[in-house]
Amino acid sequence: MASSFSRVLSSKRNIGILSLVGGSVTAGFLLHREHVSAGAAVRRRYPASAEYPDLRKHNNCMASHLTPAIYSKLCDKATPNGYMLDQAIQTGVDNPGHPFIKTVGMVAGDEESYEVFADLLDPVIKERHNGYDPTTMKHPTDLDSSKIQSGHFDERYVLSSRVRTGRSIRGLSLPPACTRAERREVERVVVDALAGLKGDLSGRYYSLTQMTEKEQQQLIDDHFLFDKPVSPLLTCAGMARDWPDARGIWHNNEKTFLIWINEEDHTRVISMERGGNMRRVFERFCRGLKEVERLIQERGWEFMWNERLGYILTCPSNLGTGLRAGVHVKLPLLSKDARFSKILDNLRLQKRGTGGVDTAAVGGVFDISNLDRLGHSEVQLVQTVIDGVNYLIECEKRLERGQDIKVPPPLKQFK
Amino acid sequence: LTKQKVKWFEEEYPDLSKHNNHMAKVLTKDIYAKLRDKQTPSGFTVDDVIQTGVDNPGHPFIMTVGCVAGDEESYEVFKDLLDPIISDRHGGYKATDKHKTDLNFENLKGGDDLDPNYVLSSRVRTGRSIKGFTLPPHNSRGERRAIERLSVEALTSLDGEFKGKYYPLKSMTDAEQEQLINDHFLFDKPVSPLLTCAGMARDWPDARGIWHNDNKTFLVWVNEEDHLRVISMQKGGNMREVFRRFCVGLQKIEEIFKKHNHGFMWNEHLGYILTCPSNLGTGLRGGVHVKLPKLSTHPKFDEILNRLRLQKRGTGGVDTASVGGVFDISNADRLGSSEVAQVQLVVDGVKLMVEMEKKLEKGEAIDSMIPAQK
Repeated sequence: MASSFSRVLSSKRNIGILSLVGGSVTAGFLLHREHVSAGAAVRRRYPASAEYPDLRKHNNCMASHLTPAIYSKLCDKATPNGYMLDQAIQTGVDNPGHPFIKTVGMVAGDEESYEVFADLLDPVIKERHNGYDPTTMKHPTDLDSSKIQSGHFDERYVLSSRVRTGRSIRGLSLPPACTRAERREVERVVVDALAGLKGDLSGRYYSLTQMTEKEQQQLIDDHFLFDKPVSPLLTCAGMARDWPDARGIWHNNEKTFLIWINEEDHTRVISMERGGNMRRVFERFCRGLKEVERLIQERGWEFMWNERLGYILTCPSNLGTGLRAGVHVKLPLLSKDARFSKILDNLRLQKRGTGGVDTAAVGGVFDISNLDRLGHSEVQLVQTVIDGVNYLIECEKRLERGQDIKVPPPLKQFK
Repeated sequence: LTKQKVKWFEEEYPDLSKHNNHMAKVLTKDIYAKLRDKQTPSGFTVDDVIQTGVDNPGHPFIMTVGCVAGDEESYEVFKDLLDPIISDRHGGYKATDKHKTDLNFENLKGGDDLDPNYVLSSRVRTGRSIKGFTLPPHNSRGERRAIERLSVEALTSLDGEFKGKYYPLKSMTDAEQEQLINDHFLFDKPVSPLLTCAGMARDWPDARGIWHNDNKTFLVWVNEEDHLRVISMQKGGNMREVFRRFCVGLQKIEEIFKKHNHGFMWNEHLGYILTCPSNLGTGLRGGVHVKLPKLSTHPKFDEILNRLRLQKRGTGGVDTASVGGVFDISNADRLGSSEVAQVQLVVDGVKLMVEMEKKLEKGEAIDSMIPAQK
């Protein structure tokens, strides 16, 4: 059965009386802290107006939607784990953002954050996910890879294919808020389940605290190893605490299915291979995910999911499918065409450099992937990438032949 | 403790096997289990205290403290952890010891005649925490702003040699910023993970700022690593004058805070209460930039410093290298001796070392001058 950890309180800021919303305190025991009065006065409380952050120089989704009224309404609320609004928005307060790049500016500390702080998170989600309204809409989940049409790219252009997502273990706090015990429990639950994978999925776990230098070098060469986060977007949210305790990497022997444990999410699940067989990558992705889910359910656990928001992850930008399906593709001519960005936009695709987010393209090779995460199913998003990349390759071929290309009509959105 | 609770404490206990800091040396499973259930009235927990030490294993040669206080009560609630750390860090200071505070500059002997050909500048700094507020690792925006408001009110009411101006970090002009950098006054958002992992950089630059007098000889940092850092400085070797201004300025500021019922955090065991246990007692670092090119390469230099209860740093401050034989020499101790006593050690010690330097310049030996352990 789900262990007594599922509601172990590691509550930190029990200032005054908190309105505990959603109070479903399941198994486990409540930890009552002694309030040791060492003689001095109780901590001074300030009105919400004195605590409201200065967001005048900020450009992120949180800053756009956190009005003084919403702050006042939510600032004394806490999730059953004791996670509070100031913690959720700390990363957005500490990182004002960039005039051109709009970050989300807040995180969830646990599943209940999305309920307790809905007055702020719902508009943030709506802005980030192109008008998806969590109060009225339902998110479709579809991991039936047999529905995919085509999906084997021209390998003169597509060098590699990859699909990733994240999964959170229900009952345990998320990386910004988890205690060491909770984080270790996540590691235990997931590693235990992964040991049950068989066939082409069977593999091995490498804990960050115990890997040998040789193992570390191999993981770096395979481009599998993840590092302690340095981005202030993550560190200010508390996700790097206690590094590298309970962090690790699992991968199958064939090195085509990989899981990160306790980085930015409880788990990040990656299916990948060289070449253009996105169909096979997605098939393995779906099969692997379903198998892992079955294995944790056997042990009494489940993934965080609901029909409003789909799969629950730390960053609101990864809600829904949490899925990024992409390819490394050679587009030297198309990428220099003035219409490139517009074409990508209309196809609901985004470009990144080959080092991933915030890197530059090298040698005309781009990382092309889906823009959307929420409001479309996994099957729909992967199909979008397949259709879109095929179109881009067609454009590249036309430009090679000296022919002109067309900007495709935009795909339908909710707005 | 029930079996389940005991197992749970073990699950929360940090892995300190690769750590080398004072916290890691002291924090046994038993102490952790005893303190894990406690919190100060403002909600600071033992996990909050130790987070910086867990996240920063340390250096094989340099022993960092590895923990911070979130409020005045931390030193009481978590004494089972902090007392042994304080003892380790402050030369065996016992839980029953009393700390002497002496800010009467007239008790200092000499200090006005350090040779300016060798002593380029003199400086004394300390920190102060304002009673009734939590400390930088823990305080909220509301508290930090209240601290700033109170501090600015106190400082702008000063006059005479202390008349000056406050520059808030978030609204200073480019010109003001440039000037403060040129004066070596401006402090930056902390980048050291020792500080950031303890939560001291939250909400930067909200409610942070710098105040200095018109003469640029008395400077106060607001809401950096402590509520207040107070600095008195000037070029040349007149440490006596620097210390006079330091003591007078501090006492004037303290009077104003007391009038608003917010005196400084102080008790007779730990002296002045600051965020980092290494700064308890006087929180005082009194030092000079002094040219010692010959003495600094003498094989007994470090031993001499040790015996004089002094420490050396580069001219960029802690963790920097010295340039051109110029060293930052200051007192090593903070707790267990008074401000006057600590500055006296600096004055006497630097005077002696300058004389040694002069001897070495003449090619003479200095062995007879090497002092006994202070």
